[in-house]
Amino acid sequence: MKRQIIRLAIAFMLIGANPAYAIAVDAVTLQDPALETRARIIMQGLRCLVCQNQSIEISDAELAGDLRRIVRERVAAGDTDAQVRAHLVARYGDWVLMRPPFRLSTLVLWAGPPVLLVLGGIALWAGQRRREAPVLQPLTEAEQAKLREITAPD
Amino acid sequence: MIIELGHFALILAFVLALTQASLPLIGAARGNAALMAVARPAAFGQLIFLLLAFAALMYGFVTSDFSVQVVTANSHSAKPMLYKIAGLWGNHEGSLLLWVLILAIFGAAVAGVGDNLPATLRARVLSVQAMIATGFLSFMLATSNPFTRLIPAPLDGNGLNPLLQDPGLAFHPPFLYLGYVGFSMAFSFAVAALIEGRVDPAWARWVRPWTLAAWCFLTIGIAMGSWWAYYELGWGGWWFWDPVENASFMPWLAGTALLHSAIVVERRDALKSWTVLLAILTFSLSLLGTFIVRSGVLSSVHAFATDPARGVFILGFLVLVIGGSLTLYAIRAPILKGGGIFAPISREAALVVNNWLLATACATVLLGTLYPLLMDALSGGADKVTVGAPYYNATFTPLMVPLLMMMALGPLMSWKRGDLAGVLSRLQFALGLSVLSMLLVWYLREEGPVLAVFGIGLGVWLIGGALTDLAERIKLFRAPFATSFARAAGLPRASWGAMLAHGGVGIVVLGITASTAWTEEKIILMQPGDEATVSGYVYRFIRAEQGPGPNYTALRGQFEVSKNGAPLVSLEPEARSYPTPPMDTTEAAIYPMLSGDLFAVIGNPQGDKGWSARLYFRPLQSWIWAGAIIMTIGGVISLSDRRHRVGAPRRAATSIIGGAPAPHTAQ
Amino acid sequence: MRWRSFIPLILVGLLAAVLFVGLGLDPKIVPSALIDKPVPQFDLPPLPGKEPGLIAADLAKGQITLLNVWASWCGPCRIEHPQLMEIANTTDVRMIGLNYKDDPAKALAFLKQLGDPFASVGADRTGRVAIEWGVYGVPETFLIDGKGRIVMKHVGPLRPEDIPEKILPAIKAAAQ
Repeated sequence: MKRQIIRLAIAFMLIGANPAYAIAVDAVTLQDPALETRARIIMQGLRCLVCQNQSIEISDAELAGDLRRIVRERVAAGDTDAQVRAHLVARYGDWVLMRPPFRLSTLVLWAGPPVLLVLGGIALWAGQRRREAPVLQPLTEAEQAKLREITAPD
Repeated sequence: MIIELGHFALILAFVLALTQASLPLIGAARGNAALMAVARPAAFGQLIFLLLAFAALMYGFVTSDFSVQVVTANSHSAKPMLYKIAGLWGNHEGSLLLWVLILAIFGAAVAGVGDNLPATLRARVLSVQAMIATGFLSFMLATSNPFTRLIPAPLDGNGLNPLLQDPGLAFHPPFLYLGYVGFSMAFSFAVAALIEGRVDPAWARWVRPWTLAAWCFLTIGIAMGSWWAYYELGWGGWWFWDPVENASFMPWLAGTALLHSAIVVERRDALKSWTVLLAILTFSLSLLGTFIVRSGVLSSVHAFATDPARGVFILGFLVLVIGGSLTLYAIRAPILKGGGIFAPISREAALVVNNWLLATACATVLLGTLYPLLMDALSGGADKVTVGAPYYNATFTPLMVPLLMMMALGPLMSWKRGDLAGVLSRLQFALGLSVLSMLLVWYLREEGPVLAVFGIGLGVWLIGGALTDLAERIKLFRAPFATSFARAAGLPRASWGAMLAHGGVGIVVLGITASTAWTEEKIILMQPGDEATVSGYVYRFIRAEQGPGPNYTALRGQFEVSKNGAPLVSLEPEARSYPTPPMDTTEAAIYPMLSGDLFAVIGNPQGDKGWSARLYFRPLQSWIWAGAIIMTIGGVISLSDRRHRVGAPRRAATSIIGGAPAPHTAQ
Repeated sequence: MRWRSFIPLILVGLLAAVLFVGLGLDPKIVPSALIDKPVPQFDLPPLPGKEPGLIAADLAKGQITLLNVWASWCGPCRIEHPQLMEIANTTDVRMIGLNYKDDPAKALAFLKQLGDPFASVGADRTGRVAIEWGVYGVPETFLIDGKGRIVMKHVGPLRPEDIPEKILPAIKAAAQ
């Protein structure tokens, strides 16, 4: 099994699997600077599928270039930011978004940090309550008598 | 022959580790001084043999001995010597050897200078340290032996990844490992204390220097990695929330909490449970990081070549070490109870809140890092998500804000019962400065993001807070200047260290805020003679030409930058093409200034339209690195404090309040 | 013994379980977003001699189809090719090729040299149609049922054991 996994890992050829450490500059950009800026921001939020953890904006993999072209086309065609993203999610799934979507399956992910914070806070507050010195109970009659006995001058 | 000697030395080190892991522990349990005394020579011996093994492997790399498998896989005769050396730890097997060597260095250090530790504690600490070493050494000997031969030897190696042929990156792993492995000392001390049955201020006093040293190294290691990414990857990014970056950040967060928590144990004999747990968790996170990088479970730019067999081994080791120590923690929880009482508003309470926020932040990073794996596992591969920077910006950053706000208050708060109103009134100067800076930024950058204004205010607040701390301690303006001066000269180094470190954080915050919010970028095609203006700086493209390098060919460009007509600097970025292994890289040309960095990148020509160029101005970018260095200097100064050099006081023979007499007297 | 102190241990145990499962998974494989969805309605011109190319409408006309994305420049495609020949020879599934960013002459030479399992091959010179199919690497293989819906996607080269383990059962399921 080990050999197969290694073979698969090496064998699956990613499109334009040139490690993307060179910069990506496209020859064709949108004429309207406002649209181009919008397109760039959308690209920053889309993951390059054949690189490790990079956005398509900075990757110089071939597929990233193809996807950038598509983003520009859709922005020029008048799609909103959400529509452009949806276009790519329809083809590649939620994985292509850098920001995980709000779904039932990502509930723990998004709710986790605030819940942890609150739970931690409650635990600390409870700990502080326990730490504070307990209220001393008044002495009983028998104990008072004993005390008088012990402290009485001889 | 030398390689085989190195292999033999590794095996001997393993045997010594095994001995050191068992005999002193038994000796401590039975009060047998002879068995306990085995620890010290064993630790020294382990160090010597691992140094020999390391030297042998280094010899293999330096002489380009391609009959050694790792040398062939990671080196090449044409590589500059510095990178042949760095190639030793630029791969899985070699980096493990570095790991165990550093583990042995720390162990030997405790064996050497830990004379003021009680014999049983020292024996136990060294035993636990050796248990970790045994695990790693057996892993190496079984699955990842750096001394494996390759017969017949090829004529030349496969070359090292050109990205690693860089001074910054060459030394980033050693610093990181000094940090990761340094936290193993805190772990060993914690587990030893749990076995012994006692956690007290003396213990905290012994643990702190090791933790501080590890923290300093890790801070530098992380900063170096970020700095490398910044100048190497070609677009000025320096933090990507990549799983392996997170794997180094989590121990740092936990380690920072540990450092502060240990202060409370030392001064007030409180927060013992927190501190011991943090000591265990910090090192556990280091181990988890090791697992993540080498097992292939997460997709990352950093991942070493992966092998599930290795992954299983490391996971098993992880379960044993972390599971074992946490079981011990749970069982011994009663001895960690109690301690000094403190009011809800006090320095202890502030440190508790500090722990709470840092721990939650650390847990958030852990959640984000492992969530893709969790979803993949639970959905059987059908449903995957990416957790990228937007998630962390939305969850991590909000946690940091209250923490940073409180950082200015904590050092001014008294122990046991603090006066919040008093502290706030003493911080008026810092607050005023902060508000002033926010107004100034708002005026200068009207269109700027609101959060950035707040970020600047926060950074200035922190620096102001550090200055206020200093002013308070030396009674500045409240006593004659000569008195203040004398007080400053006599201040304990730990105080200087803390002020520098906290001020350093403020500088980092300013750097991050400005460079993230106000970086201006121009991505264009340029012909020679073209000009582009970025934030008032005029980049003029002079020329670009192809040329050879030692083991690559490069496209070299030249830009002249001027401001207001006056020439400033000439930038010469490169785009390199390496043959073995085939890879293209960008070498950005960077000119750091106090106000920000000029950053230029050149790319290949697009037909006859010109050369592609990315030009930037990144405000306050260097403040990030400078701040990190200042933080580290603060840590180092704190390390040199008198009380660490003089050593901890002898433990009392009996405790006055509540405890049973100590089971042994100090030597 | 305080039960609260065991919480970290329990959490680590859960974490270890997740990590153990993770060792058997590949984080780089992206699951298809098109399972149980109709095929993208895009046509491709044919490779010379491999008419009629890729016609989306044809995929919904009742016959089960295997679509393989390949290229002559792709090494793993060579490795998996015998498996494609086997499927062509032993099943009556219609095989259609999507030739990705390739030179037609080289693509035809590839088929001539290694065998031609395809009834028809569409030439995607720019890779645009492949993006519609959610392709991100070569080779990839899709199974389409008689109603024109994608029912299975295999990423990477087909190994011999994938045929009985994955492909044949999927064909059988699609036939029902």
